[in-house]
Amino acid sequence: MHWDIVFDNFDYFLWGQTKFDGVFPFVHDVGGLLAAIILAFIGIFGAFWIGMAAGLMRLSKRWWVKTPAVIYIEMIRGMPLLLLIFWFFFLAPVLLGKSLPAFTTTMICFMIFTGAYVGEIVRAGVLALPRGQMEAARGSGLSQVQAMRYVILPQALRNMIPSFVNQFVSLTKDTSLAAILGVGELTRTGVQVDNREMVASFEIWITIAALYFLICYILTSYSRRLEAQLSRYQARDR
Amino acid sequence: MQYTFHWDKMFSGEPAQWMWDGFVTTLQISSISLVCSMFLGIMICVMRMTPFKPLQWFALAYTEFFRNTPLLIQIFFWYNASHVVIPAGINEWMNELFYWFPGPFSLFGHDFVGEWVLFNVELITGVIALTVYTSAFIAEEIRAGIFSIPKNQLEASRAVGLSFLQGYRYVILPQALRIVIPPLISQALNLIKNSSLCMVIGVGEMMFQATQIESYHAIPFEAFSVALLIYLTISLIVSFGINMYNKHFMIQVMY
Repeated sequence: MHWDIVFDNFDYFLWGQTKFDGVFPFVHDVGGLLAAIILAFIGIFGAFWIGMAAGLMRLSKRWWVKTPAVIYIEMIRGMPLLLLIFWFFFLAPVLLGKSLPAFTTTMICFMIFTGAYVGEIVRAGVLALPRGQMEAARGSGLSQVQAMRYVILPQALRNMIPSFVNQFVSLTKDTSLAAILGVGELTRTGVQVDNREMVASFEIWITIAALYFLICYILTSYSRRLEAQLSRYQARDR
Repeated sequence: MQYTFHWDKMFSGEPAQWMWDGFVTTLQISSISLVCSMFLGIMICVMRMTPFKPLQWFALAYTEFFRNTPLLIQIFFWYNASHVVIPAGINEWMNELFYWFPGPFSLFGHDFVGEWVLFNVELITGVIALTVYTSAFIAEEIRAGIFSIPKNQLEASRAVGLSFLQGYRYVILPQALRIVIPPLISQALNLIKNSSLCMVIGVGEMMFQATQIESYHAIPFEAFSVALLIYLTISLIVSFGINMYNKHFMIQVMY
């Protein structure tokens, strides 16, 4: 057993080659666990807005609003994330005329990918509310958009929070795929140290798994508690 | 940079052949893992529901651990580090290349002879990783399905005079299965998509072949687009099937 190798490289696992300098945005070349967390945070932030748009568009009754959302959601949900990352990586030069850095590519892919799943969460959340809510809101004189904005979404979003947390967990796990394009996040640091030291594969991969597990497990237990709490205040049909 | 498309290259010669190989390998690896993970998943689920506490704890730890770590890490673990925990005999057996099916036979309209179905250590590792990962999810799905049937149904069936097992056999399971099958199918779909991660250890499935085509023939965009279309076709067909199933078979559970 070579746990000393893990201890020696632990800071490398945590932040990799991150440079903390005084230049905005203050951290450069983020790596290690820090990069995984940053990727997950930016990813879920972008995915929230993309998913919100896609989910609401999919709920629309006008076909020209609905169809793009349906195509987007079904397409993204039908392909592996790894494939999206690679495909986008090689699509970018075709579209932009220059290749994107791996970090940016994966970040955009995480947003697009998770956005589709968030879209489904949003749709399910809105559909789970009793129809009477919308009818009552329309009946009291609000427009469709206003009813959505002031009556439906505040309730639906509240109920969606546990699902968002779960999506965040799976995004955190998915950030490990960035390693394949060469982004120096947690998985990549594991590969690097493993290849360098050669003798401590077991210890290294257990440590990396434990680091991911820690984050994800805390979040899933939190979401389970939230779910139990929120289900008491849910508006229901029955 | 001006990109010129070479679709003709993609659909002939080596790239086409490689892509087909990859497609077959993807189907192989995911079908084997699917069968294995169904077994394992059901076993874990049963363990979770037995009254014997240590088994319950084991099953809980199993599902929580494998659901909350990335599949990629698990693949790396099984490939690079599992020799520490796996007995030496099994290790040796895994490291020998061997033929699963000795004679020539036909599958998916393709004649398999010898090297076609070469089961190597990468493929076995991939199957193990996918199986373990998916079984944790399957166990949870099945448990959720059974728990979604109200408990008073079992009580009612007992009161009507059915035994405990009969109650499960005739009342709970027929309803639970209807609920469980759609998520299980989408879990199978996830498995097919997740099998793309096996490329990191060199299993020659579709993603691996796409990267190979990219580096040999310099037609990355075409290769990945074709892979994408294949995955998409599989997914859309399956999800269409789930929708059809739901339309015909889903019943509202009575509360």
